[in-house]
Amino acid sequence: MQVPILKQGSYLIASIQSVLSDSDLVQLRDNLGERVGTYRSRGVIIDVTVLDVIDSFATRTLRAIAHMLKLRGAETVIVGIQPDVAFAMVQLGLTLEGVGTALDLEEGLLYLDTKTKRAAVNGN
Amino acid sequence: METETQTEIQSSADIVTARQRGRALALELGFNGADVTLIAAAISEVARNIVDHAKKGEVVMSGINSSMNGGKKGIQIIARDQGPGIRDVVQAMQYGYSTRKGLGVGLPGAKWLMDEFDIASAIGRGTTITMKKWRR
Repeated sequence: MQVPILKQGSYLIASIQSVLSDSDLVQLRDNLGERVGTYRSRGVIIDVTVLDVIDSFATRTLRAIAHMLKLRGAETVIVGIQPDVAFAMVQLGLTLEGVGTALDLEEGLLYLDTKTKRAAVNGN
Repeated sequence: METETQTEIQSSADIVTARQRGRALALELGFNGADVTLIAAAISEVARNIVDHAKKGEVVMSGINSSMNGGKKGIQIIARDQGPGIRDVVQAMQYGYSTRKGLGVGLPGAKWLMDEFDIASAIGRGTTITMKKWRR
């Protein structure tokens, strides 16, 4: 199940539509890495609202995506982690250290606005 | 409770199938939403362990009744493979230990999510993980 990636100004929005297998996640990582270059995107939102579980592999891959995109010059924010999913992640000892998170799409856009504006002012 | 479901595990898509069946069974058994998610996450970790280390195996899930605990209802998940087996089970259960550059949280994490967790492994014969969670 491929994840649609929408372009919204200088941002990309990856809107996960159904539960994902490990290989779907890896596909998403590769697609985002490429699209960020194609569209010269400054920020990426990954909407995980529909994910019923974020396990160790998903966490590792989301972290890898965020760090990889950072190296490509884009900020990443993960939005829509459900309360039960967040609880299970905490129980598993999983963290998204160094990765931006926000409640929903709206908050995610605000997060990226702040992040990318500050980066523009500071020149980094 | 006679409900039982068996899932062959050979690929990452099967991990998703096992997780979804586990979720459905847990709901049917009357677990609350938070517990259903914990159970699904634990299934995900043990099923991935099969794919990563044994290539193939199976996950069998069933509803159970405790003879103790005042006849509590619960779910039992057995993840079984005939893979290479785990050389050092104690080490494999250590948080942060991984032989394949993973996070090393899969098996210890699954143990934390469940109420009971047992792992039996023999080199060259395979690994069987049995875990249970009781309804609160």
